[in-house]
Amino acid sequence: MRKLSPKLVSGILMLPLIGLFGLGIMPSQAIEIKEVRSPGGIKAWLVQDKSVPVISMNFAFKTGGTAFDPTGKEGLARMVAAMLDEGAGDLKSQQFQTQLQDTAARLRFTASTDKFRGSFRTLKANMDEAFRLLGLALNKPRFDDKPVGRIRGQIIASLQRSAQDPDSIGMKAWYKAVFPGHPYGRPGDGTIRSVKTLVAKDLKGFMQRHVVRNSLIVAVAGDISPTELGQRLDQVFGTLPASGRAGEVAEITPTAVGKVFVIDRKIPQSTVMFGHSGIKRDHPDWYIASVINRILGGGGFSSRLMEEVREKRGLAYGVYSYLNPYDHAALYMGGVATANSRVAESLKVIRAEWKKMADHGVTAKELAGAKTYINGSFPLRLDSTRRIASLLLAVQINNLGKDYLDKRSSLINAVTLADIKRVAKKLLRPKALTVVIVGQPKGIKPTP
Amino acid sequence: MPPLRLLTVIVGVFALTVTLFAKTSYAAVFNPESFTLKNGMQVVVIPNRRAPVVSHMVWYKTGAADEPRGKSGIAHFFEHLMFKGTKSVPPGEFSKTIARHGGRDNAFTTQDYTAYFQIVARDKLELVMRLEADRMRNLVLTDKEVLPERDVVLEERRSRTDNNPGSQLWEASRAALFLNHPYKNPVIGWKHEIEQLTTKDALDFYRQFYVPNNAILIVAGDVDAKELKPLAEKYYGVIPGGRKIVRHRVAEPPHLAGRRVEMASRRVGQPSISLNYLAPSYATAEGNRAYALQVLAEIFGGSSTAELYRSLVVEQGIASSAGAWFSPDALDYGTFGVSASPRPGIPIEKVEDALRGSVKKLLKDGVSEKELKRAVKSMVASAVYARDSLRAAPNIIGRALSTGRTIEDVENWPDRIKAVTVDQVNAAARAVLRSESSVTAILRKKQKAGTK
Repeated sequence: MRKLSPKLVSGILMLPLIGLFGLGIMPSQAIEIKEVRSPGGIKAWLVQDKSVPVISMNFAFKTGGTAFDPTGKEGLARMVAAMLDEGAGDLKSQQFQTQLQDTAARLRFTASTDKFRGSFRTLKANMDEAFRLLGLALNKPRFDDKPVGRIRGQIIASLQRSAQDPDSIGMKAWYKAVFPGHPYGRPGDGTIRSVKTLVAKDLKGFMQRHVVRNSLIVAVAGDISPTELGQRLDQVFGTLPASGRAGEVAEITPTAVGKVFVIDRKIPQSTVMFGHSGIKRDHPDWYIASVINRILGGGGFSSRLMEEVREKRGLAYGVYSYLNPYDHAALYMGGVATANSRVAESLKVIRAEWKKMADHGVTAKELAGAKTYINGSFPLRLDSTRRIASLLLAVQINNLGKDYLDKRSSLINAVTLADIKRVAKKLLRPKALTVVIVGQPKGIKPTP
Repeated sequence: MPPLRLLTVIVGVFALTVTLFAKTSYAAVFNPESFTLKNGMQVVVIPNRRAPVVSHMVWYKTGAADEPRGKSGIAHFFEHLMFKGTKSVPPGEFSKTIARHGGRDNAFTTQDYTAYFQIVARDKLELVMRLEADRMRNLVLTDKEVLPERDVVLEERRSRTDNNPGSQLWEASRAALFLNHPYKNPVIGWKHEIEQLTTKDALDFYRQFYVPNNAILIVAGDVDAKELKPLAEKYYGVIPGGRKIVRHRVAEPPHLAGRRVEMASRRVGQPSISLNYLAPSYATAEGNRAYALQVLAEIFGGSSTAELYRSLVVEQGIASSAGAWFSPDALDYGTFGVSASPRPGIPIEKVEDALRGSVKKLLKDGVSEKELKRAVKSMVASAVYARDSLRAAPNIIGRALSTGRTIEDVENWPDRIKAVTVDQVNAAARAVLRSESSVTAILRKKQKAGTK
């Protein structure tokens, strides 16, 4: 593979799709969004598409991410995600798994920092049975002792693995430094100590607080009619509690500004992550920042960082930046991996590019190229029902409106060179970057 | 998980645990059209009108296993160099041009093939065909571009392998599994050999293998053969064919002694064990043995209801994961593997005993008709899901055609899976799960420096 996509440590951060890629021209003739309201009042966005007898449904509970894990119970949301297909109703773990497999349904739950999500796919022919099993999983999870113990053991094993993984080590340290004492600074996977305390009662409490109708968002694509979907929405979500006490997460601004941390690990290549405060998804300058990021470090081979760090100097296989907005904080982050002897030079080049764009903005040619990419690459994301459902969910989560798909490209096209200069100056602060290096970098002085 | 596991297919240095539940094929009835240009280049078109988008790929039937001795890594390194410019396109401009037109591009290398792809809006198809055809014959390479890229590849190797004990062990286990065949070398190459690769090596490789009669054009999406043919003739058809390429691959001698590789490192967070068996591939298996092995992998360790997971993880409670895989997409040999990781606090020896016990039991008792039916049903369903994505079809077909198979093989995959019998699965298990043709790979956690 010629290039590495940004290494996302799944346990720690999850990038909203829109934040990373931006949306572009919507081929509206190809996509028609229907707003479905079930007889019981559950709402969903649907793109009906009969080309393959498959149905994809993505859904989210807005306030159910790892940030809501009670103190001492870190890792709870992710454990629930791993437990929901481990038995429900009268079906014990292996029976549930067997039926799910015989139905050929695909069911997966995840917890990002802010949200709890589910993704579900079924063949049209098996949809009755598949939706029934999904409904059972959400409404009547068993959380039997044996599977709880088994999954807990798996999570602890994976925590032991990630404790030696340079990317995980670095990310955990970075968030801990930047958000001390805040839920965003804690590891979403929990710690071995916290996970050991998680029992069925905790899991049930999570369901009551977070898996509730008033925080639900649903998106569906594939071979299903609005009427058919309406019935299933009631079956799956209709009997969930109307609301729950999710708790609050406080707004927070990144700290550890400008600090450099080195975590000594005997490896030939250092993994480096850096970042400072960013811009929230609902900020009016979001689109301008998206274009800036595309040009600086979010554009694969077209980016300035890739050109300077990799192409010209051969310093790294991958170097990247990304906007990373949360519900209660905003970050602008990046990363690089390079031989221990070349960390200092790599960071110097990266900081210089940060400063250059802050001082001078971008060229007209770069701006035009970024716009055509952001707008032109959009339809590439609509090649499967799963990806269409995922997009519909992101648009709803970010409150972008049903017409967003039509107006998106004009928002990008409206960005000017002057806008970029104004926002780049504010956004890009090379001296503010908090840097974490895992490895044995030469010539780096950590902040005392 | 997405049906395509590009990253895991690519260099084969992934951690063992990644593959536990990996399914090995997602073929289905894609209804492709195919024709051959006069210079010998095969063309496959897979119409899919869902979005005004096309996926354009060129596959070269050349991979790491075709490299000259002592030049390990040249196939993959050369893949990087294909982006370094031609007589008319300056270095680095290839990908930038694609991006400016709203497209995405990349490439990947395996033991048996190297593939380049672009995903673009339909009206940009001709542009990418022109660019891809241009670099098939007009590539320009100088030290100025080649040498920094060699450093990039060395960094890539550090990221993928040198920084990761699991990958290092995987490399050692492949080297041990193959006594003679070049699959023993990692796709990315050995570090000391990558360091010595030159511009001349790259150009020699280019001239030898990058010819239309060694390439396959695959286009999927909003296009059909009637529209594509004139474009294929215009851009690829004018490139002169090279001499016929014969893939000289050496064979393995009989395997008489089982092997064992172990690695202990402080950087290991979670120990693991795998048993890796030499197996036939789709291309080399007799009858439907490769299909029987796929069904076997699914029954034995393809899901959380399969025998291995149920026994080691659920019932005995000694492992945190356990599974089986079979990789039949190869020109020469496949690999069948089983693996497990101990639950925290359980010694790896205990898991090894249990794993071997499960294999022994499988060989003694065989699989049942009921297990077979369930596995086949689930596998055939995966073929329907594969049709849901624009990317699955061209990848599955490209992989097949560059490893000695045909479109018909791909199209008939669900039927062949359905035709597998219990006797065939059990016979396949007995033929392949033999300790003398296996490598046991053990990854241990080293507690403190100096203790081991």
